Amino acid sequence: MTTLLIADVKDGALLDTTRRALSCALQIGGPVHLLVVGKSESALAAASRLRVEKIIHASKVDEKSADETFAALVLELAKDYDALVGSGSSLAKGVLPRVAAALDVMQISDVTRVIGGKRFERPIYAGNALQVLESRDAKLVITVRTSTFEPAGEAQSPPAIEMCDWEETQPRTVMLEEMRSQSERPDLAAAKVIVSGGRGLQSSANFNQYIGPVADQLRAAIGASRAAVDAGYAPNDWQVGQTGKVVAPELYIAVGISGAIQHLAGMKDSKVIVAINKDDEAPIFQVADYGLVADLFKAMPELKTELAK
Amino acid sequence: MKVLVSCKRVVDYNVKVRVKADGSGVDLSNVKMSMNPFDEIALEEALRLKEAGLATEVVVVSAGPAQAAETIRSGLAMGADRGIHIRQDAPLEPLAVAKLLKALVLSEAPDIVLMGKQAIDDDFNQTGQMLAGLLGWGQATFASQVSLSGRSVTVVREVDGGLQRVETRLPVVITADLRLNEPRYASLPNIMKAKKKPIDETTAEQLGVDVSPRLTVIETREPASRKAGVTVSSVAELVSRLKAETGALT
Repeated sequence: MTTLLIADVKDGALLDTTRRALSCALQIGGPVHLLVVGKSESALAAASRLRVEKIIHASKVDEKSADETFAALVLELAKDYDALVGSGSSLAKGVLPRVAAALDVMQISDVTRVIGGKRFERPIYAGNALQVLESRDAKLVITVRTSTFEPAGEAQSPPAIEMCDWEETQPRTVMLEEMRSQSERPDLAAAKVIVSGGRGLQSSANFNQYIGPVADQLRAAIGASRAAVDAGYAPNDWQVGQTGKVVAPELYIAVGISGAIQHLAGMKDSKVIVAINKDDEAPIFQVADYGLVADLFKAMPELKTELAK
Repeated sequence: MKVLVSCKRVVDYNVKVRVKADGSGVDLSNVKMSMNPFDEIALEEALRLKEAGLATEVVVVSAGPAQAAETIRSGLAMGADRGIHIRQDAPLEPLAVAKLLKALVLSEAPDIVLMGKQAIDDDFNQTGQMLAGLLGWGQATFASQVSLSGRSVTVVREVDGGLQRVETRLPVVITADLRLNEPRYASLPNIMKAKKKPIDETTAEQLGVDVSPRLTVIETREPASRKAGVTVSSVAELVSRLKAETGALT
């Protein structure tokens, strides 16, 4: 049983999601090989510290390649592996089902627990139910809900690096440009602390004025409810919830968020949840470890001051 | 140019699902069912392509039991030209749906297949990518903007950390994300008109596709529920308790 894990490389850096997906891959059993694309020395160096048996380095495939290119590369390597694993990144989500279909395998997406053998647990209905599934296919193709796995530890000795010369000559799809959300703050998926705002903020100016300073103080990422995004108070990629990002930080501070099912689905696995809302009946208080019934426009500046002490 | 839109009948977005007491699955009896919201967005995009004169025909497909015809009918009421119903009573996995769609694509020959990025019941997020892989077509997942110019397609995708603009060429499979558009409501005259639009029926056998499941459901259960914690009376108390009782502020 040998597993191939697809590394997430962005801007030449190896993302934390790879270490988390590695924890899941190691639980499947057997050695893990890590596929790293691109020419980045630092991504390769970071990968070399991980507990993998071997690194497959496809230096001729750019990290910005299209899904079709990645899928063709993974298919080229697939015959040597019993399991193909990726994180929950947009890359893995785009690539692995394409690979699975070509191998005539039914993929198991968003694995939250490895039960053993070919059994895995995953959420359905936006986390309102959990299902244990067993695969009958010869190979396993899996994506990992990385927020439920801790990052894997480091290796004693560096793994072997095997060069892979595969390259795409005529890509069908090409990336023209990336439009990144400009932020000095940590990425939502990787942040230890998230401060999230809801419709209670009433404007995007208030988001900056009341959420921003507390987030800066805590070196936190900023999140938003779907209601706040739909109202135009926050950009779409800040959205936490069923249709946005699913997060599980050490601390989640929900500010002016009522706690719709769709939002709770995206944050209820956070270690500690704090809710600040002036409506004491808000459903968010039912999942909060610490609830403060207060006007956020008074409480947030106070919170900034208290945290600075 | 023809556009094929795949739509799934799922438990309505606003229903709080319940797991059956025996752990065999989610209780679907007497639950309101609707078209998967992401598929609705995909269909809306197809209709806009037609209204812009870029597409000539919009065909809506659904695979499922007899009631899936209602989902197709609601797609026809939104404005699709005709429907295809793949009759299948047992639940279908994404791989099987992708194979069924592939068989239809080979006979219908559309240039674009549109569908939602995922269904809100099983949340698999696979069918579009699988179909594109089986056909050897290009794919553009998580689309928030689609522009068509001749045989070239530019799609803005919602990816980790922002947006990405990609260019590909027809034929292509596009999966719709939430912000691609806001689907229209069907008007009463269009609902009446939809009753006369044709729905062809076919089956997996007729399409020559093996749809037997690859995954066995061992158990379905409720997630561990979170208990409400304490109410604090002030910001000062909140911060001191967070410091004393959790490691979250260190």
